[in-house]
Amino acid sequence: MMLRTAAGRRAVATATGALSLALALSACSGTTKDSSDKESTKAGATAKADPGAALKKGLKLAFLPKQINNPYEKIVDDAGIEAAKEYGGTGKEVGPSDASASSQVSYINTLIQQRQDAILVAANDPNAVCGPLKQAMKKNIKVVAYDSDTAKECRQLFINQASSEEIGRSLVQHLGEQIGYKGKVAILSATQNATNQNTWIEFMKDELKLPKYKDMKLVKVAYGDDADQKSFQQTQGLMQAYPDLKGIISPTTVGIAAAARYLSDSSYKGKVVLNGLGTPNQMRKYVKDDTVEQFSLWNPEELGYLGSYAAAALASGQITGAEGEKFKAGKLGEYTIGKDGEVILGKPTVFDKKNIDKFDF
Amino acid sequence: MATAPETEKAVPAAPKGPARTKGSLRGLALRWDSAVGALLVAVVVVGLATTDGFGSGENLAFAFNDIVEVALIALPMTLLVVAGQVDLSVASMLGLGSALTGALWDAGWAFETIVPVVLLVGVAGGLLNGWLVTRVGLPSLAVTIGTLALYRGLASVALGSDAVTDFPQTYADWAVDTTTVPGTFLTYPVLLFIVLAAVTAIVLHATGLGRSLFAIGAQEEAAYFAGIRVKRIKLLLFVVTGLFSAFAGIVFTLRYGSARADNGLGFEMLVIASVLLGGIDFDGGKGTLFGAVAGVLLIGVLKNLLTLNDIANEVQVIVTGLLLVASVLTPRVIATVVERRHRRAAGTRP
Repeated sequence: MMLRTAAGRRAVATATGALSLALALSACSGTTKDSSDKESTKAGATAKADPGAALKKGLKLAFLPKQINNPYEKIVDDAGIEAAKEYGGTGKEVGPSDASASSQVSYINTLIQQRQDAILVAANDPNAVCGPLKQAMKKNIKVVAYDSDTAKECRQLFINQASSEEIGRSLVQHLGEQIGYKGKVAILSATQNATNQNTWIEFMKDELKLPKYKDMKLVKVAYGDDADQKSFQQTQGLMQAYPDLKGIISPTTVGIAAAARYLSDSSYKGKVVLNGLGTPNQMRKYVKDDTVEQFSLWNPEELGYLGSYAAAALASGQITGAEGEKFKAGKLGEYTIGKDGEVILGKPTVFDKKNIDKFDF
Repeated sequence: MATAPETEKAVPAAPKGPARTKGSLRGLALRWDSAVGALLVAVVVVGLATTDGFGSGENLAFAFNDIVEVALIALPMTLLVVAGQVDLSVASMLGLGSALTGALWDAGWAFETIVPVVLLVGVAGGLLNGWLVTRVGLPSLAVTIGTLALYRGLASVALGSDAVTDFPQTYADWAVDTTTVPGTFLTYPVLLFIVLAAVTAIVLHATGLGRSLFAIGAQEEAAYFAGIRVKRIKLLLFVVTGLFSAFAGIVFTLRYGSARADNGLGFEMLVIASVLLGGIDFDGGKGTLFGAVAGVLLIGVLKNLLTLNDIANEVQVIVTGLLLVASVLTPRVIATVVERRHRRAAGTRP
C-alpha cells in the first residue's frame, strides 16, 4: 500500500510538472487569434453561368430544416418539394428532431453519400454546418441556405424571406403604434443562437434607439427555444417579472402561438399587446378572440417554392450564385441575385381580423 | 497490489454472470457484450449489403468521427459505472471546455496555452465531483446532477450566447471529418480514441487498479476491508472523467469550428446509454470495456445507417431506446434463467 501511494503521488507530481511546463512553454509563443491563418476560399462563382440552360429533369433536392416537426418549416419544405415536381425533379425533407448546433451535420454527410443534386439548409449554427457543406460543394452538390443563413462561404445562395432589416424594424413600428409608443416591452425569441432571430433583434434594438421610442423600454429578451412549453413558461415568467409589461414581440411562430395561448387565458388578455411572426392557422383563434390584433409573416410556401427553383437553377447551370445573375422561379416570376448571393423573397404580410381568413397555412 | 486477488475472493456475493461459470461457446453466446459485438458486426454487414455509400471510406470516417466525443467520454464513464458510480456532468464539462476554448481564443490567448488550461479546468471539475462524493459522502448521481447545471451555467458565463468560430486551420484540420490518417479511413480523433481505448482496456482488465474497480462496484464495504483505497480511487476516476470531458470539449470545438456554451447538450444520456448498452451493469461490478466500445459504435453505426436510409429521427430515437431497454433487461432475464437451471441441475431436491 505504501509503495502504491508513493508511486501515485509521484505520478501526480510528474503530471502536474509536465502540465506546468507545457503551460510555460506555450505561453511564450503560439498560435493566437491574430497570428492564425485566415481561410479565404470563396466557394462558387468559379463556374460559368449559362442563363439559357433549361432546368434539368430528375434533379434530387433535399431540404434540411432546423428541426423536423416544426410546423413552419414543414410548410416551407412541403412547398419546395411540390415545386420540384413542376420541373420534373424530386424533393425530400430530412433533419434532426432538436435544433442544436451540431445536429444537422450528420444529415449533410449522408446527403453527400446519397448524391443529392442540391441541399437546402436552414442553419441552426452558421459555422457548425460549414465543413460538410464545403465538402458537398466540392462534390458539385449545390448548397442553398434558406430561412437562416450559414457562413457566406459555405453556400452558393441564401434565400431570405424578407430583408432582415425590414422585419426587425417593422415589428417595432407596429408594436409602437399599438401601445402608443409608451411602456415596457419584451422580446420572446427562439434559441439564443438562431441567426435569423438575432439579426432581427439587432434591428429591433436599433429601431428602438430612435427618438420616437424614448418612452418605450426593452426590458428583456427571453428564449423559448422554439419549444411550445418553454415559450409558454417564458411568457408566464415575463409577466411575473414585469406585471406592467405593455408589449411582447415574438419573432418566431412557435413563440408567438405559445405566448398567445398564455395571454388568452390570463388576466393580461387585452392589456398586453402581442405582435410578432406567426402563421395564420396557428393564430386565427387568438386574432378572433382579440388576444392578438395583428402579426406578420412572409408567405412560407413562396419561400420554399423560391428556394426549390433557385436550387434547380444552380444545379442546371443557369446561375452560379454571383451577384446580378437572374433566374425564373415558376409562378413567382424573375429574381435577381443580390450581394453575397442573397435572394430576397419580398415584403412581409401583415395579418389581422380582416384578411386572416384568406390564408390557409 | 498484492491484495487484489484476495479482493475478488472477498466479494463472492457478486455474481459474475454466466460467462465466468462456463467457458463454453454457449457461455460466450450468452454474454451480453459479445452479443452487442455480434449485433454491431451484423449491422455493418447489413449496411454494406443494402446501402449505397455506407461502406465508402468517406462515410466510415464520418460515421466514427461523428461520435468521437461520446466515445472518448464513454471510456472513463465505463470505469466509473463499473465502480458503481456515475457522472452526469460530463456533457456540461464538454460545454464548459468548449466555451472556455472560445472565450480564451477570443481574448487573444495562444491555442497551445488554451489546451492545457482547459484540461486543468476539467481536472478541477472532476476534483469537485470526486470531493463531494468521497469526502462529503453524497451519492454521485445527486452530486453530478448538481454540477451538470453548475458547469453548464459557468459555460454560459464564460461565453454568453456567442459563438466563437475562427479557430486556427492547422488545429481545425486535425479534427475535421475529412482529414484522415494517410492510407486509412480513420480520422485523427478516432485514432486517438483507439489508443486511449486500448490503454483503458488494459487498466480495467489487466491491472490491480482495474480489479479494485470491480471490487468497489460489487461491494464497496468489502473492498474497503480488503484494503482497497476506495475513496482515493473514486476521486481519481472523477478527475479522469473531468479531464476526458474537457478534452472532448476541445475536440468538439475544433471539429465543428464553433465554440458555444450549449455544445454537447444532452450528450451525457448518449454516453450513459452507450455504456449500458455495452453491458456495463448500472449497479456496478460487471462489464467489459469491449462491451462499452461496442455499445458506442453500435449506436453510432446504427444512426449513420438509419440516416442514410432516410429513416426519420423519431424512429432512430425509438430504436436506440428499445436497444437500451433490451440491454438492461436481457442479461437479467438470462441470469435468472441460468440460475434456475443451475438450481435444478444441482438437485436441490433430495
